[in-house]
Amino acid sequence: MKHPGLLRLAIVAGAVLALEIACRSGLIDRVTMVPPSQMVAALVRMSRTAPWFWSDTGSTFRNIGAATVLSIVPGFLIGLVIHALPRLRAVLNPVFMSYYSVPTFVFYPLLIVIFGINSASLIVMGALFGIVAMISATLASIDRIPRVYGKVARVAGLSPWQKALRIQLPAAIPHLITGIRLAVAYSVIGVIAGEFIIATAGLGRRLTLSYNEFDTPNMYGLMLLIFIAVAIVNSVLQRWEGRVHVRWYGRR
Amino acid sequence: MTQRPHQTWTDYAILIATTIALWQLAWYVAGSEAITPPLQTVLRLGVLMDSARFWEHARATAVAFFFAAALALVGGLALGVAVGSSRAAHEILTPILGTLYSIPKIMLYPVILLVFGLGLSAKVAFGAMHGFFPVALFAIGAIRNIPPVLLRTARVMHLSRLDLVRNILLPAALPEIVTGLRIGFSTTLLGTLMGELFASSEGLGFMMIRAMDIHNVPDIMALTLLLFVVATAANISILAVEQRIRSHGM
Repeated sequence: MKHPGLLRLAIVAGAVLALEIACRSGLIDRVTMVPPSQMVAALVRMSRTAPWFWSDTGSTFRNIGAATVLSIVPGFLIGLVIHALPRLRAVLNPVFMSYYSVPTFVFYPLLIVIFGINSASLIVMGALFGIVAMISATLASIDRIPRVYGKVARVAGLSPWQKALRIQLPAAIPHLITGIRLAVAYSVIGVIAGEFIIATAGLGRRLTLSYNEFDTPNMYGLMLLIFIAVAIVNSVLQRWEGRVHVRWYGRR
Repeated sequence: MTQRPHQTWTDYAILIATTIALWQLAWYVAGSEAITPPLQTVLRLGVLMDSARFWEHARATAVAFFFAAALALVGGLALGVAVGSSRAAHEILTPILGTLYSIPKIMLYPVILLVFGLGLSAKVAFGAMHGFFPVALFAIGAIRNIPPVLLRTARVMHLSRLDLVRNILLPAALPEIVTGLRIGFSTTLLGTLMGELFASSEGLGFMMIRAMDIHNVPDIMALTLLLFVVATAANISILAVEQRIRSHGM
């Protein structure tokens, strides 16, 4: 396959075009979905004229960013500690496994009682949702470090710190990136779900408002905005992940 | 995953005891406005489970989850095996699937409502949408990770495509596929419950959002406890199957 990227682009373009035609021809009615071109138009219009647009967009992405950092950094450190204590890991294992079967944001009302209806509640919500993915990825990534690396570290006479920084962290990175990607995805879900339920600002709230007002073009415009942002972040991380994988394992 | 420690009853006992202790402590700190203590929550759950209304909701959730899981697992597996067994399809389609997987599907709830209306099909669609992508992606990964020497052997033996899938690809990929099914199970349950939270008028998720709307803390806590216990039990059983496959093969 010489140009997988080009073919992929063609497939996506074809799907968008098909959607455009289906909407314009009336196959899909206008209340259910507007053509992709109108989604873009609505997004551009909102960004130019809606007074709330930049402050709400900024607030949502700031909260997601903060939630992501708060799930990645503590998640990694907690993962290291749990990996060092096999007993603790065995005890916590069922929690990690079933954590994502339950909509954690049912605890959002509890967070509102503690922090109030504000960004802090949303950030903690997103971080709570993302952190377990990061902890699990950290555990899995350390598991997969070949034992021989540990022996190399011992032969080279590295201190525990040197071993952690020069051997364990680099060797764990391919799988840690997977964890980071999941942490981002879950933080987005946590923050947006929180904004759906109760919020005073943010894209999730605007989305709910436009749905309630039957403002279909703006609703899809906002979804498009969230989708574009997530897709960009995801493809950057995916590319990084791919490069690191090639460096470590060679091409497949 | 060779180092995964085996679960013992002591571990469960420690987990449960610690959870109860921390929970009780959290109640002392946060107060009844925010959470209810363990004993009261269990009692409240008992009261809830005593009503016929509760079982109607539970049944609605079970039915929706069953259809959603069937769609997600079968569909995801079919697509995953198809894409995974062709290098070209993998290179072209896997990034698209990865991007679709990373969309916060929760933002699509208005679309689901507009397309399906309030009811069973909306919940099923929401649940299946959550479970489908992880199952497909794990299946693709499982097949792409098969050691090339197995495939070369198959070529040398002139296996047909069907034989290749049945005798080489599936057995070699099964452990990771089962991991995908377990994760797909979890995300489907999450999706079904979220569908009920936002796009339904019956089911446990609907009971939950109603309790959240009127800030009925005892009900929120009791339902969360129930869901977590059920999900954990289900996950542990699937994991037991997974470990058996990993150690013995099929």
